[in-house]
Amino acid sequence: MLEFLFLFIIVTAGTGGELCVSRAMKVVGEVHDFRPAALVRFVFRAMRVGWMWLGIAMMTLAFFSLLAMLSIENVSFVVPVTALSYAAGAFGAMLFLHERISSQRWLGVLIVCIGVTLVWLSRR
Amino acid sequence: MKTSIFILFIVLFAPLGNVLLSKGMKRIGSAKNWVPSDIFHILLKIVTSGYIWLGIACLLIFFVAYMLVLTWADYSYVQPASSFSYAVVAMLGYFLLGEAVPPLRWMGIFVICVGVFIVGHTHPRTTERA
Repeated sequence: MLEFLFLFIIVTAGTGGELCVSRAMKVVGEVHDFRPAALVRFVFRAMRVGWMWLGIAMMTLAFFSLLAMLSIENVSFVVPVTALSYAAGAFGAMLFLHERISSQRWLGVLIVCIGVTLVWLSRR
Repeated sequence: MKTSIFILFIVLFAPLGNVLLSKGMKRIGSAKNWVPSDIFHILLKIVTSGYIWLGIACLLIFFVAYMLVLTWADYSYVQPASSFSYAVVAMLGYFLLGEAVPPLRWMGIFVICVGVFIVGHTHPRTTERA
């Protein structure tokens, strides 16, 4: 039960965090200048966007949940089941970022979910 | 050649980072009752664990390699290639940590790799350019 809760936080907070960072990046704009000084300016610009901080907070929560799950389960189980974030990412991108998800991508997500189910069933 | 080296970094350092985090957390142990004082005690152990910091360093190397390779290589090439890290993490868990990996888990990991490969082969841009 506890594993399920941690997995839920890893997947939702991790994906939510990535979506927030992705949204922040779209606010900041595309990077064209890769010189160190320009990259530092880019980071400071990104840090002024609220979505960025929300994203960092959510990813931090996901990281500590990953550590908690690794304290009770094997790494060969934990990392593969976190692939469920591909499904969460597809749903999140569609609902939150209004991206169009192709049928091929949905097929891939479905196959990932089948794989995660098999790994989950292999649990001790 | 440059792309292959960076993909190799991605496929090795992400699983290695996770394996080191796992090693660190197994040594620290899990919280008994998940009460705040218990969690605080574990957090203190986490920030003073060498394995955890090594794991974070490996994950940072992975992250930088991933970001850099995306500046010249296509996402649709990088993402499927990095799906091998799911198999590598199981192999490292088996060989370095002595974890038991049952056949069903190997099969599940293989299916996940196929799924990620298909996801990665879809077009990376799904919205029109502004």
